[in-house]
Amino acid sequence: MKGSNLWVLFKRELSAYFATPIAYVFIVIFLFLSGIFTFYLGGFFARGQADLLPFFSFHPWLYLFLIPALAMRLWAEERKSGSIELLLTLPVTVSQAVMGKFLAAWAFTAIALSLTFPVWITVNYLGEPDNGVILAGYLGSLLMAGAALAIGASISALTKNQVIAFVVSLVVTLVFILSGFPLVLDFFSGWAPQAVVDAIASFSFLTHFDAISKGVIDVRDIIYFLSLTAFWLFANITFLEMKKAD
Amino acid sequence: MQAMIKIDRLRKDFGRFTAVDDISFEVNQGEVLGFLGPNGAGKSTTMKMITGYLPPSSGSVTVAGYDVAEHPLEVKRRIGYLPEGAPAYPDMTPADFLDFIAEVRGFRGKEKQRRVQDTVRQVSLEDVLHQPIDTLSKGFKRRVGLAQAILHDPQVLIMDEPTDGLDPNQKHEVRTLIGNMAREKVIILSTHILEEVHAVCSRAIIIARGRIVADGTPEELEAKSQWHNSVTLTLSPGKDSPEQVREQLEAMPGVARLETLPGHDNRLRYQLYPHAARPILADVSRMVHERQWEVEEMRQNQGRLDDVFRAITA
Repeated sequence: MKGSNLWVLFKRELSAYFATPIAYVFIVIFLFLSGIFTFYLGGFFARGQADLLPFFSFHPWLYLFLIPALAMRLWAEERKSGSIELLLTLPVTVSQAVMGKFLAAWAFTAIALSLTFPVWITVNYLGEPDNGVILAGYLGSLLMAGAALAIGASISALTKNQVIAFVVSLVVTLVFILSGFPLVLDFFSGWAPQAVVDAIASFSFLTHFDAISKGVIDVRDIIYFLSLTAFWLFANITFLEMKKAD
Repeated sequence: MQAMIKIDRLRKDFGRFTAVDDISFEVNQGEVLGFLGPNGAGKSTTMKMITGYLPPSSGSVTVAGYDVAEHPLEVKRRIGYLPEGAPAYPDMTPADFLDFIAEVRGFRGKEKQRRVQDTVRQVSLEDVLHQPIDTLSKGFKRRVGLAQAILHDPQVLIMDEPTDGLDPNQKHEVRTLIGNMAREKVIILSTHILEEVHAVCSRAIIIARGRIVADGTPEELEAKSQWHNSVTLTLSPGKDSPEQVREQLEAMPGVARLETLPGHDNRLRYQLYPHAARPILADVSRMVHERQWEVEEMRQNQGRLDDVFRAITA
């Protein structure tokens, strides 16, 4: 019963993307931007190397804007239309509702990501890349997207205004990306002890994603993304329970 | 027999504001309970606590023997709920939406199809089954909301303003639907429309500022009106002067107070209020007969729910 309800919610959420233009707009823009980043900004051809590093290295920045846009409606829209009252008085638990929405959004991102396969075909046509590294890149990208979605979903649960949800999620995601950026780390490294600098860097998407996308699959990087996702999903449940009480 | 819904010292605070202030009541099977009250009186908040959407600040709600706070899912399975404004997923069609509701309610396969079909027929949604809910008229949207609430044939049906914004025909349909389901369920509905209470409710509770100020059958509530059993009397001018008529009426033992109403063409109009709402029509009639007054109008007033409502919630 418990599992099947999650499945029912997941199905409804996922089909909701395709019932509206959201799915098509998102997928087209995602593919268009990742194409520009890879071939134009990333100098895919000029590098003359058979790998997808330029493709993956822009994913954090792509997700910075696109994932909050995808996640902003998850709860804010339900609050605005009042359907949250319907959803939460059906015989489902709050955690089932949270997981159903999150997993559907994540599955949708996975669909969008998998549609970048022409890039993979291109690089295989042009040279002989290490497909293991590329697979690792996809895995890392999907994990990062999951963490960003969990952030966006739980912030969406705090407001009925989708614009606020978008902007705040974008800033929080930016913090998680930038904490590994030299700009931020340099600021701390001048005076803070190395342990603190390392701790800040260890919270970054970039630090963990770079390693995976280069084909170095470290369990710690995977655990980082999964635990970050779990933390924000837990926050999502807590936010919903909290907002119900007032 | 245990009451189907038992509400015990229920209270809800929003910051410093107390929306629901220590409410207790029970509802039994077969009762259709109307919640009346001005806007912001705490009707919706009470309903949200019964359905488990809002946790109470204190007190408890028990539905079919299950405490809402301890067994929310058991309670939610037994309740059908139409929230205020009948929210649904606007991008879905009624067919998809009801299919989703049926699956969440645990129905699969043939049983699911049968439930959806029956419900669609009950609320007459056949013509719009495949249009996005977004594009439907208010009346159809309300029916979609009703459909999701009754699909699983719940023991308890809770509806927040089920006929708000509907035209008179649609209101009648919804009331008929409620009437048909009344016997085997517990129904709680909130409304602003007092005639609706007469039409569908076997009991009414009036809430004001988060407290219950009246609880009884619609007839019992009407009896609280100052007009209840008062007599309106209109006489043609006759041999007795207006002063004499007035004196004699006031001298009647059953009459507590007499009010002179404006009359046309020298007609004499009075409103006679009895002591403790005891019927005085027979006495007045006898007096009129003895004095051979010419009566144009003589009637006993029931007292309207509106008056009671205004008097106790103002």
